[in-house]
Amino acid sequence: MNLDIRYPIGLLFVIVGAILTGCGIFLPPETASHLLLGTNVNISWGLVQLAFGAVMLALAMRGARKKGGGS
Amino acid sequence: MHTIIHLGRVDYIIVAIYFAFVLGIGWLLRHTMKGSGDFLTSRHSIPGWVAGIAFLSANLGAQEVMGMGAQGAKYGIMTSHFYWIGAIPAMVFLGVFMMPFYYGSKARSVPEYLKLRFDEKTRGFNAFSFAVMTIFSSGISMYAMAKLMGLLLGWSFAGSIAISAVIVLVYILLGGLTSAIYNEVLQFFMIVFGFLPLVFLGLKDVGGWSGLKAKLADVAVSQHYAPGAWSEAWGHVGSPSDNPMGVEWFGLVMGLGFVLSFGYWCTDFLVVQRALAANSMTAARRTPLIAAVPKMLFPFLVILPGMIAIVLTYQASQGATGGFALPPKNGSYDYDLVVPYMLVHYFPTGMLGLGMTALMASFMSGMAGNVTAFNTVWTYDIYQSYIARDKPDAHYLLVARLATVFGIALSVAAAYLADAYNNIMDVLQLVFAFVNAPLFATFLLGMFWKRATGNGAFWGLVLGTAAAAAHHGLTIPFGETSLVKGGWLGTVVHTYPSNMAQNFWTAIFAWTVCFVATIAISLATESRKTDAQLRGLVWSLTPHEDREEPALPFWKRIAPFGALILLLTVVLNVIFR
Repeated sequence: MNLDIRYPIGLLFVIVGAILTGCGIFLPPETASHLLLGTNVNISWGLVQLAFGAVMLALAMRGARKKGGGS
Repeated sequence: MHTIIHLGRVDYIIVAIYFAFVLGIGWLLRHTMKGSGDFLTSRHSIPGWVAGIAFLSANLGAQEVMGMGAQGAKYGIMTSHFYWIGAIPAMVFLGVFMMPFYYGSKARSVPEYLKLRFDEKTRGFNAFSFAVMTIFSSGISMYAMAKLMGLLLGWSFAGSIAISAVIVLVYILLGGLTSAIYNEVLQFFMIVFGFLPLVFLGLKDVGGWSGLKAKLADVAVSQHYAPGAWSEAWGHVGSPSDNPMGVEWFGLVMGLGFVLSFGYWCTDFLVVQRALAANSMTAARRTPLIAAVPKMLFPFLVILPGMIAIVLTYQASQGATGGFALPPKNGSYDYDLVVPYMLVHYFPTGMLGLGMTALMASFMSGMAGNVTAFNTVWTYDIYQSYIARDKPDAHYLLVARLATVFGIALSVAAAYLADAYNNIMDVLQLVFAFVNAPLFATFLLGMFWKRATGNGAFWGLVLGTAAAAAHHGLTIPFGETSLVKGGWLGTVVHTYPSNMAQNFWTAIFAWTVCFVATIAISLATESRKTDAQLRGLVWSLTPHEDREEPALPFWKRIAPFGALILLLTVVLNVIFR
């Protein structure tokens, strides 16, 4: 299969993570129930997704390099 | 119009981005669909970890997510039995013992395995009932989504149906099974990322696990159960009256843990298809084992929110203000709304969009899973077997694409039928339950007893299905009067303490009758298959080297992996006993 699923997963979560982090910065939480670890859940969880997406992309690129080097 | 959830612009942007990715994956795969095999089976091209996540995700429809949240509120931690004994052992069994025959037989579907192992009529019975079932399941998924989106967001019924049907249609037509599998993986991560913060925020609110446990004791006592009834999985199963599920340990272990769970996870083509798509025998066997790892942790993701919701609701009923409460319904609570209500309560704009997207994604992948299983069974097991044999492959690719279109069209019709006649769907689901209950006996005997014959298998299935129907018709759960719930044969010979207990026992009866009848009829009939024909299909006739992967280091082998998963599951059960 010529599509490595890690690219779309990585890209999707980088984009969504960035949007959420942005939301968290520009739209303050409305209630205390939105706070995770003392910060707006949008920021903390947005950053987690951003990191996850970045790791997925890195793994996909490493996979592609390995394959390219091998053939 | 009044709606429960108000999505902001950012939320809709997240929904739109997700669906752009879903369609984009189909678009990127469009050139790889060269034959019916690419479209329907992915031609053994999927890496093990992708197949594993898809295997789990295909079952993780929105009804599952919302249903488990609802049951967490209603029954507490006992709901995790649906995972720990109701799924994991069967998934391990599939990977370790059954996958070598499914994958090794080169069968393209589960009904095709039955044809190779037994005969045409056994395949036909399974193929037709499965095809009808997938259409209705997909329709019910669509119906449930349209209802929910109407309630939560004020979307019109027809609009929700049209959007979901078109999106699923496009991405399957473009990329076939591969597209469905890739999107299931995407959906899996959406669900994890969309719901996990709900658990963190909720737990923070109730004072962590120890706080939750203490408060669940109040809930249990208020409903006249022992204080631990909501927080202990095994402590209250001695008698059905001790736990809110109304079941006792034997029915739970045999009915749910053995018959229902093995019947679903080991024989349902919807999930097995994902493992068959894996790129090697080892990957195929690892598929259900890889799926089992997140599966055993899923109770914390899908059941805990329900348990938290019932605590908060109880506190609100005791006068706490500013918290969360489930909406009332018929003198109790509308448990089905646990997940969406928790999303609204805990998530600000942004996260709310992600949570809602996860919910929509799981509805659609539930549909897509059924449609991809349907088009394979239709094309190979029905069309190619009974309507037009020996056509060029291009013909079957066209048929598979058309099957996708009319499969979705029929699902839409089923969704409207469900909307118009709610009872028809209840009856149909009941009939499917009767057909499914005995199935595992047939596969168990087929794979591990070479003497089992085609006639034995077919009549065993028919009698097992009849036994399920008869048992249901002669019993009724306590307090029920509707004929859909049981007792429709005129006399009631036994009253069960709950619906669930009745379901478990219906399955036990069906399985036992099928098992005994298949053995008896097999012994009385001639086997039409030679030992050579059964090689690769039956345990004792398949040489060890055909079953096992080439020498792998110990820690990469299947059996130790399976054993480790079972061990971890036991540990979880001990912790939450």
